[in-house]
Amino acid sequence: MNWRRATLAVAFSAPIIGLLGFGLTRDPKQIDSPLPGKAAPAFSLAVFAPGEGETALAVGDTVRLAGHAGKIVVVNFWASWCLQCRDEHRDLSTAATSYFDRGVRFVGVLYNDQESFGLRWIDEMGGQTYPSVLDPRTRTAIDYGLYGVPETFLISQDGRVAYKHIGPISERLLSYKLDSLLRDGARTP
Amino acid sequence: MTRLLGASSLLIALGVAIYAALALLVGARKHRAELLRSGAVAVYAVWALATVATLSMVYALVAHDFSVEYVARVGSRATPLFYTVISLWGALEGSILFWIFVLTSLSALVVYQNRAREGTLIWYTGGVLMLISIFFLILLVGPANPFGLVSPVPADGPGPNPLLQNHPLMAVHPPLLYLGYVGMSVPFAFGIGAVLSGEIDSDGWIRLTRRWLLIAWAFLSAAIVAGMWWSYEVLGWGGYWAWDPVENASFLPWLTATAFLHSVMVQERRGLLKLWNLNLIVATFALTILGTFLTRSGVLSSVHAFSEGPIGRYFLAFIALVLVGSFALVAGNSERLRPTGSLDSAVSRESVFLLNNLFLTAFTVTVLVGTLFPLVAEAIRGVKVSVGEPFFNRMTLPICAALLFLMGVGPALPWRRASRDVLRKQLIPPAIVALAAVMVSFVVGVRSPYGLATFAFGGFALTANLREFVDGAMARRRALGESPVIALGRLVGANRRRYGGYIAHLGVLTLTLGIAASSTFRTEREGTLQKGQTMDVGRFTVRLDDVSYREEPQRGVIAGLVTVLRDGREVGRMEPRMNFYPTSDQPVPTPSVRSRPAGDLYINLQAFSQDGSNATLRVIVEPLVPWIWIGGMIVCLGALVSMGGRKAPAPATVRVRADRTVPTGAATEGAS
Repeated sequence: MNWRRATLAVAFSAPIIGLLGFGLTRDPKQIDSPLPGKAAPAFSLAVFAPGEGETALAVGDTVRLAGHAGKIVVVNFWASWCLQCRDEHRDLSTAATSYFDRGVRFVGVLYNDQESFGLRWIDEMGGQTYPSVLDPRTRTAIDYGLYGVPETFLISQDGRVAYKHIGPISERLLSYKLDSLLRDGARTP
Repeated sequence: MTRLLGASSLLIALGVAIYAALALLVGARKHRAELLRSGAVAVYAVWALATVATLSMVYALVAHDFSVEYVARVGSRATPLFYTVISLWGALEGSILFWIFVLTSLSALVVYQNRAREGTLIWYTGGVLMLISIFFLILLVGPANPFGLVSPVPADGPGPNPLLQNHPLMAVHPPLLYLGYVGMSVPFAFGIGAVLSGEIDSDGWIRLTRRWLLIAWAFLSAAIVAGMWWSYEVLGWGGYWAWDPVENASFLPWLTATAFLHSVMVQERRGLLKLWNLNLIVATFALTILGTFLTRSGVLSSVHAFSEGPIGRYFLAFIALVLVGSFALVAGNSERLRPTGSLDSAVSRESVFLLNNLFLTAFTVTVLVGTLFPLVAEAIRGVKVSVGEPFFNRMTLPICAALLFLMGVGPALPWRRASRDVLRKQLIPPAIVALAAVMVSFVVGVRSPYGLATFAFGGFALTANLREFVDGAMARRRALGESPVIALGRLVGANRRRYGGYIAHLGVLTLTLGIAASSTFRTEREGTLQKGQTMDVGRFTVRLDDVSYREEPQRGVIAGLVTVLRDGREVGRMEPRMNFYPTSDQPVPTPSVRSRPAGDLYINLQAFSQDGSNATLRVIVEPLVPWIWIGGMIVCLGALVSMGGRKAPAPATVRVRADRTVPTGAATEGAS
């Protein structure tokens, strides 16, 4: 074994490994969404799953973004075939109830799915506290530049997209974002 | 139950593989026969366990056991059985499972076949193969575990990625690719085994290595062509190659393996390029792992990307280990790989091989740089830039032209030294054909310099390679009085390695012709047609008859019914479709292709109106496309012919020219 040559060979492969390692820290799909800070695209969609208790709406009712002016709206895109949606479901349901009194409204948008599958899923998961709506021909999903499910948008009191979350969201992150939005809202009436 | 069986087999397999690697490597070092025997048994056991795990997954898929995480991700009750079975390799975890199945099968086969071989080479080789298996088993037990539990158990799943369940070629392309990719582990293991066992300066290992590399190369070639075909039939753009990172990832090891298949002859015949060949083997393996890393880590953006996970870090560590370990080992032992011969003349077959390797290496570097460029750009300048088709086409077309030219020169030149007389005799007829090809292609409308060069060098190489068959058969006929067909058959049979190579050349030339013609003479038109309206494209007229919607169990289908006319006569009906899968936000285009030897008529449904009154069609007439697929098959046939190396009966050599001999027996068997 000639160790000098061996070391040289190792030194030669180091930059390649370094480059690939750097690549791992980047996400090529991470192209910043232009939405945050801009006015949230309007929607008006029909309820298919009513929600529970005080948050409930009647099936067939229309949810309009404009109808929630002055309130914080959390829009969550989900589907029954989406495995990661299962992970965030409990957290969303809990937050929807605990923030209701503070003027936060949650709405689930069923993405590329059938109403019956969505209802069965809610049933299997032990209910959903907030209403879910249908998005025919995924118009709203397109307006929001949806990349995949789940994705969650936080819309501030003045109707702007304050935060966009890709992938399952946790109750902790949700509370943190909602609390800071509520504080900001209180400061600038 | 299935879940537990699969998960536990993988876990046990990992333990057994660790034992096998230790037993084989230690046993080989210390010459302990009983350790080696138990190590060999352990290799077979790993294979058996991996098989059980793979079959468990297939069973879980077929039985729609949605408690298994992988099944919940890719399975669906509505998916037809065929696509359910092949979704085994439709997503990350399943594909790694299939990988380990192939890898352990090959390992067991290699050890079993050579278990009686003298020396320690085979045991080191087995040990290296087990080390590779350990890595993939760690992935399967850890971050890419397909047997995770889903609770509560979903009633149904989303089904495979729509693109993967839209065409039967999806059953062909991935397994071929894995066989090719995984197959490259075997030559690598032989190379490292040869260094470790000290057999590096003998010739035995290179022969074994060459045969295994040839098998893997044949699968990889078939996989690449099948991938082109799949993309052509499914993606709806009428093309077959786009220099996508994942396409490049499969092409890179193919290039280095092709270089090896040529340069290994120089080593066997003249004792040159030993260190170079070992490096090519290591590079080929490293490139297969790099390709897998790129497709599965989410480092580069690609249409093929698998879902991402923490798996990238594991692959990075493995690549680092492979590169550092094997290059250090090879470099450290490079003094034992001194050439035992010398290059006699610049005009000889070996120098053509040298040039061929130079160009293939340049090709590899070009494609590698283009593929990794987005990373380099982001690392240095912090911006997202990628290089597209123009870069690759501009950079590689000259290299392709040079390789085509060499493909014609190589077979025409003798080993060691070519005299002026031989050069004249061998090169003038192909040159005349090349000239004729240029004139004909100019007349039919080829104007680009590379197009003309391709047809010229293609004609040159075609003539040179065909002459090998014709001259050889004629010589046999004159000397032995055989009929032309028998003479040709015996000629090839007596020297399968050499003529297998020429057949592969003919395949590459056929494929090149298909690519050159279909990209140069392509006619494309897009238009919106009302029902009953027609559109002319090339020699064809297409008429839109109807737009209809129908439900199939797993998807909805919008279909355009199109009648194809030629000279006012109906020649066929085609049905381009858009398939809507419930889990996909975009329809999957399903073009309709009418294939004839002269070329394809390709119709894709681009858009349709809600009321079904009109549709937008993209109609492409692409000449000679089927010859790309046929060329790919010929390449594989060449590899197949070349693999058989049975020793033929006693050599009889017929002198035909002053310094060239036509082998009629096994005179040059295994050496040319």
